[in-house]
Amino acid sequence: MEHETNINSIQLKKRRSITKTDVQQFLLRGRAFIALILVMIVFSSMTPQFLATENLVIMSKHVALNALLAIGMTFVILTGGIDLSVGSIVGMIAMISGGLINQGINLPQWGIIIYPHTWMIILISLVLGALTGALTGFVITRFNVAPFIATLGMYYVARGVAGLRNDGYTFPNLVGRPEYGNTGFGVLGAGTFLGINYTIWLMALFMVVAYIVITRTPFGRHVYAIGGNERAAELSGVRVARTKIIVYSISGFCSALVGLIWASQLLSAHPASGEAAELTAIAAVVLGGTSLAGGRGSIGGTLIGAFVIGFLNDGLVMMGVSSFWQRVIKGAVIVLAVIVDQVQARMQEQIALQKQQEIK
Amino acid sequence: MPEMTPVLDPGPDAALHERDEIILSAQNITKVFPGTVALEDVTFNVYKGKVNVLIGENGAGKSTLMKILAGVERPTHGKILLDRREIHPHSPLDANRLGIGIIYQELNLCLNLSVVDNIFLAREITRNGLLAQRSQKQRARELITRLEQKIDPDVKVSDLRIGEQQIVEIAKALAQDVRILIMDEPTSALSVAEVEVLFRVIRELKSHGVAIIYISHKLEELLQIGDHITILRDGHKVAEEEAKNVKVSWMIEKMVGRNPATLFIRKERLLGDVLLKVEDLTLPRLGGGYALDHISFELRQGEILGFYGLMGAGRSDLVDCLAGARPQATGKIWLMGTPVATAQSIADRIWCGFVLIPEDRQQFGLVQPLSVMDNMLLASLQNYLRGVFLVRKQENAAAEQQIRELSIRVANPRQPITALSGGNQQKVVVAKGLLTHPKVLLLDEPTRGIDVGAKSEISEIMSKLAAQKYGVIFISSELKEILAMSDRILVMSKGAITGEFPHQEATEEKLVAASAIGHGLSTNGDNHHGTRN
Repeated sequence: MEHETNINSIQLKKRRSITKTDVQQFLLRGRAFIALILVMIVFSSMTPQFLATENLVIMSKHVALNALLAIGMTFVILTGGIDLSVGSIVGMIAMISGGLINQGINLPQWGIIIYPHTWMIILISLVLGALTGALTGFVITRFNVAPFIATLGMYYVARGVAGLRNDGYTFPNLVGRPEYGNTGFGVLGAGTFLGINYTIWLMALFMVVAYIVITRTPFGRHVYAIGGNERAAELSGVRVARTKIIVYSISGFCSALVGLIWASQLLSAHPASGEAAELTAIAAVVLGGTSLAGGRGSIGGTLIGAFVIGFLNDGLVMMGVSSFWQRVIKGAVIVLAVIVDQVQARMQEQIALQKQQEIK
Repeated sequence: MPEMTPVLDPGPDAALHERDEIILSAQNITKVFPGTVALEDVTFNVYKGKVNVLIGENGAGKSTLMKILAGVERPTHGKILLDRREIHPHSPLDANRLGIGIIYQELNLCLNLSVVDNIFLAREITRNGLLAQRSQKQRARELITRLEQKIDPDVKVSDLRIGEQQIVEIAKALAQDVRILIMDEPTSALSVAEVEVLFRVIRELKSHGVAIIYISHKLEELLQIGDHITILRDGHKVAEEEAKNVKVSWMIEKMVGRNPATLFIRKERLLGDVLLKVEDLTLPRLGGGYALDHISFELRQGEILGFYGLMGAGRSDLVDCLAGARPQATGKIWLMGTPVATAQSIADRIWCGFVLIPEDRQQFGLVQPLSVMDNMLLASLQNYLRGVFLVRKQENAAAEQQIRELSIRVANPRQPITALSGGNQQKVVVAKGLLTHPKVLLLDEPTRGIDVGAKSEISEIMSKLAAQKYGVIFISSELKEILAMSDRILVMSKGAITGEFPHQEATEEKLVAASAIGHGLSTNGDNHHGTRN
């Protein structure tokens, strides 16, 4: 008890004297949030309808898909890995769910076709996505393949499967038939609760769950530890392989959900769905302050990162900036964010050094 | 064994009577880092052709002073005189041009390159813009011969033992023809025989007028090789003396400001029942032979069992096996009479009650981006759960208890682990192990690279744990320490146990003799690496 009060008093002392470095640290830590506010100020001054509720809701809906992918990606990147396969899994799952609705499960040897219920389709798709991620994780941990390579492989394989599913054609008109009990797929993408799209609710739900998992469970702590020093984590009894497989499964699961929403919003499944989505997701994670080397970062940061990218995207479109310039600007913003990240890391190191000497 | 305590050749001793010439002088150096003063008004003289020893606890300011001399940092106040002319080295390359070379404590070698490539890195010998490979190799061979080693210059550095890597590092510095050579803990990875060679090279360099600045925590060694001794404490110079006038106890007293007799105290304890029994533990080595050659021993409750041996004798392999880090090991292990499955993961072994405090703290012990507390609790998170969620209150309580019990000096348990000194980081790693409620503690060189004060604290912690009926297996390469701390000492050589000595019978000579068995270590201190021929 005595000790505790001691620590508290130290913290209190810190709070009383706010120095210049404290302010700098605060600004740098909150940089993603500051960037978000800047983006909003700039665009709202240029296009008045930018901050209209209706527009905010539409933009949030756009953000949500990327944010969901970025949540899964955050887990992966925190372990020091990377997942290039998410966009392809989106496409693959979109095609698989579309196929299940329009064609069912064909079992010619018994001469029957099973049309699963919509809920069943969603469940099958999510499980398949998680299993795909688990397979990648297994390859990475069991055969010691670099995550970049293993997920690059899955990037091709999953996209290929997406094309194979219907010979490169789309599954159109995914409304189902009442007699098969597989209607209502479109609700996932179009339905609303309290006037807000399900997609946005799902993003919020996943955000909260991911936040709790990462901050409040041993699993979350293990994810950080593996990214920070894999060998030390292993020697501490962390089951590294298992944790990594789970992490890639989470990413696969998130990708599958996005694939489902994507198909549901369009009421059709296209094999090219989600192309390049992995890069936008990685950008959101990095923009949110997660270190690509692993061990450092947060879910909250990723959410803000996804919003910055989404708002930037939609804002530039609304302003009528050419799509070429849009890319230039987005690229610059991402690199700038990482530069700021490095500056912050260096400052933190210096502060650590200072503290070390204060203790002596 | 007279070759273990070489007698200084009387030449340099006689020369001490003349006034020694100062080649480099750091005068009234003050170095202020934001918020703290690392060095305050320190004057450090470096004498030509002498070994100038600098000692002090971690954090005393040695490294900062060396970084200033080597051009890595610039002093806030004060000046550096080289041959009575003021110099301002702005970068390591700058200092190098002035003839100041440095061998860092952490090996700064590119493991993916060959020995030659490393020796001449950034100073390649070229002809018409192309690498003059033959002359580089020739020169490298000369340097290695001068160091009395038989390392193939074409071999990749990653294929060398740590001791050999250290030799390469020294060869690299020698290749630069320096006038002043800074050596930061050069012997921490060397065997006794290799240290002998290094000392011969140092004496040779001295005779050529090279000034050596020598930093080490091994105090006996310093008295053997040193000429002038400077001691720093908390950023101040506390003493400067000629080596021939001082004793180890005096140095320790100046460094820590207290009586060294209290540093390592071993309390007599009653040993309990057999806690751990190991039979025929065997680990094959890649390319034939055994890393562990049918090891059998017992450990009793409350016993501190020391393992002594040269680098590569298999001590670390042994504790790794016990910790579950080597699944390919075979043999039988019983813990409190119950057999322990051989092919278990590290996590399973921790569950059984084994925990390893690894040798290399930075690489294997710490997760650098995490806080002190997160590091400490990493291995025991399942103890702070309610349902599936971690309970912050329980986490705080566990961390604070360990901080108190091991007297870890932190401002706040949530501060970054990298902000702590080496000794305190080590205590965090120990705390992490203790929180798993182990029965057998495996400590691999727990005092390596930490200062005298922290060493003493670690040894106190070990005694306390033994008194609480833990079994402690403890590896050390420092004879004094292992003799002082252990209830019983096992000596290993080439993967086998070659000697067993109860506390009362163990002497330095016996341990060294047993550690050399199987090496064909001839009396002139020949090197002993297995790759000869």
